[in-house]
Amino acid sequence: MTDVAKRADTVTLTIDGVEVQAEKGELVIRVAERMGIAIPRFCDHPLLAPAGACRQCLVEVEGQRKPVASCTQTVAEGMVVKTQLSSPVAAKAQAGVMELLLINHPLDCPTCDKGGECPLQNQAMSTGRADSRFHEQKREYEKPIHISSQVLLDRERCVLCQRCTRFSEEIAGDKFIDLMDRSSGEQINVYRDDFFGGEGTGDGQVGEGAGDVPFNSYFSGNTVQICPVGALTGEQYRFRARPFDLVSSPTTCEHCAAGCSMRADHRRGKVLRRLAGDDPAVNEEWNCDKGRWGFRYATATDRITAPLVRDPRTGQLREASWSEALVAAAEGLRTARQRGVGVLTGGRLTVEDAYAYAKFARVVLGTNDIDFRARPVRASGSPAEITEEADFLAAAVAGISDLTYADVESAPSALIVGLEPEEECPILFLRLRKAARRGTLAVTAVAPYLSRGFEKLAAALVPAVPGDEARLLGTDPAVAAALSAPGSVLLVGERLATVPGGLSAAAALAARTGARLAWVPRRAGDRGALDTGCLPNLLPGGRPVSDPSARAELSIAWAVETGTLPSKPGRDVDQIIAAAAGGALGGLLVGAVDPGDLADPALAEQALDAVPFLVSLELRKSAVTERADVVLPVAPAVEKAGTYMDWEGRLRSFETVLRDSTAMTDGRVLEAIAALLEVSLNTGDVRSVRRELGAMPASSARPEPPAVAAGAVAEPGEHAAVLATWHQLLDLGTLLDGDEVLAGTARPPVVRIGKELAGQLRVTDGDPVTARTGRGSVTLPAAITDLPRQVVWLPTNSPGSAVRRDLGVTAGAVVRLSAGLPGPILAEGADR
Amino acid sequence: MNTLTGSFKGFGVTFAHMFRKVVTTDYPFSPPKPAPRYHGRHILNRHPDGLEKCIGCELCAWACPADAIYVEGGDNTDEQRFSPGERYAKIYQINYTRCIFCGLCIEACPTRSLTMSNEYELARDSRQDLIFTKKELLAPLLPGMEQPPHPMRLGETDKDYYIGALTNPGTSAGAERAPWSDQGTHDASDPADHASRPETAGPVRKEGAA
Ligand code: SF4
Ligand code: SF4
Ligand code: SF4
Ligand code: FES
Repeated sequence: MTDVAKRADTVTLTIDGVEVQAEKGELVIRVAERMGIAIPRFCDHPLLAPAGACRQCLVEVEGQRKPVASCTQTVAEGMVVKTQLSSPVAAKAQAGVMELLLINHPLDCPTCDKGGECPLQNQAMSTGRADSRFHEQKREYEKPIHISSQVLLDRERCVLCQRCTRFSEEIAGDKFIDLMDRSSGEQINVYRDDFFGGEGTGDGQVGEGAGDVPFNSYFSGNTVQICPVGALTGEQYRFRARPFDLVSSPTTCEHCAAGCSMRADHRRGKVLRRLAGDDPAVNEEWNCDKGRWGFRYATATDRITAPLVRDPRTGQLREASWSEALVAAAEGLRTARQRGVGVLTGGRLTVEDAYAYAKFARVVLGTNDIDFRARPVRASGSPAEITEEADFLAAAVAGISDLTYADVESAPSALIVGLEPEEECPILFLRLRKAARRGTLAVTAVAPYLSRGFEKLAAALVPAVPGDEARLLGTDPAVAAALSAPGSVLLVGERLATVPGGLSAAAALAARTGARLAWVPRRAGDRGALDTGCLPNLLPGGRPVSDPSARAELSIAWAVETGTLPSKPGRDVDQIIAAAAGGALGGLLVGAVDPGDLADPALAEQALDAVPFLVSLELRKSAVTERADVVLPVAPAVEKAGTYMDWEGRLRSFETVLRDSTAMTDGRVLEAIAALLEVSLNTGDVRSVRRELGAMPASSARPEPPAVAAGAVAEPGEHAAVLATWHQLLDLGTLLDGDEVLAGTARPPVVRIGKELAGQLRVTDGDPVTARTGRGSVTLPAAITDLPRQVVWLPTNSPGSAVRRDLGVTAGAVVRLSAGLPGPILAEGADR
Repeated sequence: MNTLTGSFKGFGVTFAHMFRKVVTTDYPFSPPKPAPRYHGRHILNRHPDGLEKCIGCELCAWACPADAIYVEGGDNTDEQRFSPGERYAKIYQINYTRCIFCGLCIEACPTRSLTMSNEYELARDSRQDLIFTKKELLAPLLPGMEQPPHPMRLGETDKDYYIGALTNPGTSAGAERAPWSDQGTHDASDPADHASRPETAGPVRKEGAA
């Protein structure tokens, strides 16, 4: 819009005697805010639709008989508004509303978590009456009721502003809470049978009545944050502190690739709560419950605080001094590197730390055997597509950051494949939903079924049997049609790597339709690790390993002799594991990898056992540390500064939250090891790493995307099905350890089967169904879903369903199904 | 100056003082009794059934200009109840190396849990010991009181405690002031005395004190 056009769209009004220009359609309360006039309010929230529910924002408008609510009143030419500052009428109206709101408010501020940061407290002081004329008995409710294991509702405190219900409906799409009942009994609550004439439990607690639906939304924490009183509180922070105790630091979420800006509040060396930060370009003002409440892992009791070395005499790990442990690691790696050392970094590293690993592997270990992908990277089997994902990442992702949240929001159409946004990148989901709800974005999902998340996006489904996505991307007319409008986006998840030809087809589709493509990984560190070269075929900055000029550039930047950097693409994660298990590697350097996340956890553990020398940089005891020869403790995200790169490729830098911690970053530990091996790595200080990365010339070479042909879909026989699987947002991930109340809001693990399969197995909803492979079995209650014939869905890593560990397979594989529990009586495929 | 009259003047002052009231006290053998509203060390009072009045709200800590108070709240449960209502003080500490005895915390306390005693003998031989915790600060159990955790004995809900308090004001009678501060003198070497004030149980001051 040009300036001239804009001016035609403005109106002039007067607020408190000051003339001001405002855009047509703007709300009076927003205009006043811009002028620095604070009108008290409860229900008004800039990201929610106006509601006019609380009446606290009354102002006098000349020509109107009664005071009007400034949060619903749009501006008009020549309007004369008087707020409480200049109008006794407005001031009296506001004081009156406040008095009414307080009639039933319990005034239990001393026991309320919101005390000290409560809009009701503050505005009662600023614009309320000094005393109340109400001396009768107040309305009473059962004190807080759990509306989920994490969120508590104290209905006495509620001012019925409906911010929480509007958020749940408008933003998250989880209409679990709503206004219930009538008149003076009107209250916020979850759906419970008592409200609809059924038998309730009577004691107000949720979850006991058969029809109770708890508030298990992935975004429920936002309602706690925006509730303007203490009616909604979180179990985890309950009674833990007051605002004045807390030191607040801006930070970035370490969980997923959404890159939410956050605020971490700590007291006495311990983070007590986290809130969504305000970043309009990324997470707006929201975050997900995992990011908000999943932070206790850093204070878990099994945190490693001192280095450990394996005692040669006893064969046991024992605590050691840093100098002893570093020497042990350096000497071990010096020997091991003659036969080759593989580096597995995992996806939880900051950009700076990932860079340190990438540099360490190349300069100190002289290898390209480094991989950040702690997950299945290809379909089990054929060698044709071994490097497909790595080639795709090199061609279409590394170093590119041209698709942003804003682009997704303004796109006319989005095709999503291999990605379940609500489970795998919740803030991207909120953005998609924002645009979809506005009606400007059409979402098409290539997925086995229309999940709840996709339903909330009003997505069209292109049903896909796992393994068939590549063919659909290449030939399905609905797929091409979805990307026909200019500006369309193609969002692919990391899971597409396990579909032979999937990523090739995605790249080709984007090229064919002109759609912009983004790769959305699951973990916060994945994208950063990719761009800093934690991949066997890529050097930092997206430079191909095989390109001599790229190596030469890097040799100069790293001040090493040209020609010393290894020129052959290295082994990827599966090959490193296989090599280690087969005795072909001299050592492994592992940072923050859970073997259970890898394609074959049993083989990974075998590899960790078999490898002659194992160094582990870890936060807590794990399956890796217990097998390691040297364990070096490193800092969790709150105890270090760093940067995550979100799926857009945007840098999300943050500073140390707990400044008193002496824990070291991975980069600093690696630098110390390198120094003992006579190499100056210069990765100990995040600032110098940032400088070094910033000074690197942009990479010029970009390889061609892979062109792997689509594979054939597995043919399941009788009583068998093709496995579809992905991670749920709240699952058994290591970073969610210790957050039991959060785990209580996770979606219950189920096995999803289609109608036909259910008929074959003679099961109905809720009956146990067992999926098995040669490795083992998983039994979960069935949920009959509209799936393609012969497809079964399991959560990847939820209670009772650790697909990789228990079944040893990944999506696209065939699993056998039987009704009931596994056991000797129930022969395979037998009917009940 | 006339040296003779000068020295008489001087001796006169000395002599006159022999008939004035002495200002020195026989401390520590008979510690003086302070004024009734003297700001001494704090007490965390109890309800008549022994439940703690403190709800862990931290308002005292908030009011304190010296940042001497540290509180962490906790959840009362039906099995483990320390105070009426939902919230109690899981951790309560006053750091007497910081406290300036201004009494602002007392004014801030919404439940009249925190009051001050007349006790002023707060010297300790380590800073650590000057951080008083709930163990030292909680009022002693009077007859009829029961050591928490225990259920509410005086009503169904916490409201009964607060609303009922008007007709039942004797909530911390006897505990408002440290029991020993009413004894004009007291014997620090008496082991029985230590039992009633464990926090001051320290080295015996002097053998045979009055
Ligand atoms: S619970 Fe909070 S956000 Fe929801 S209506 Fe009540 S006061 Fe508003
Ligand atoms: S969406 Fe991702 S980055 Fe944001 S809070 Fe949740 S886990 Fe963290
Ligand atoms: S008396 Fe004053 S200085 Fe001492 S704890 Fe109370 S408020 Fe703080
Ligand atoms: S803020 Fe305007 S009615 Fe609530």
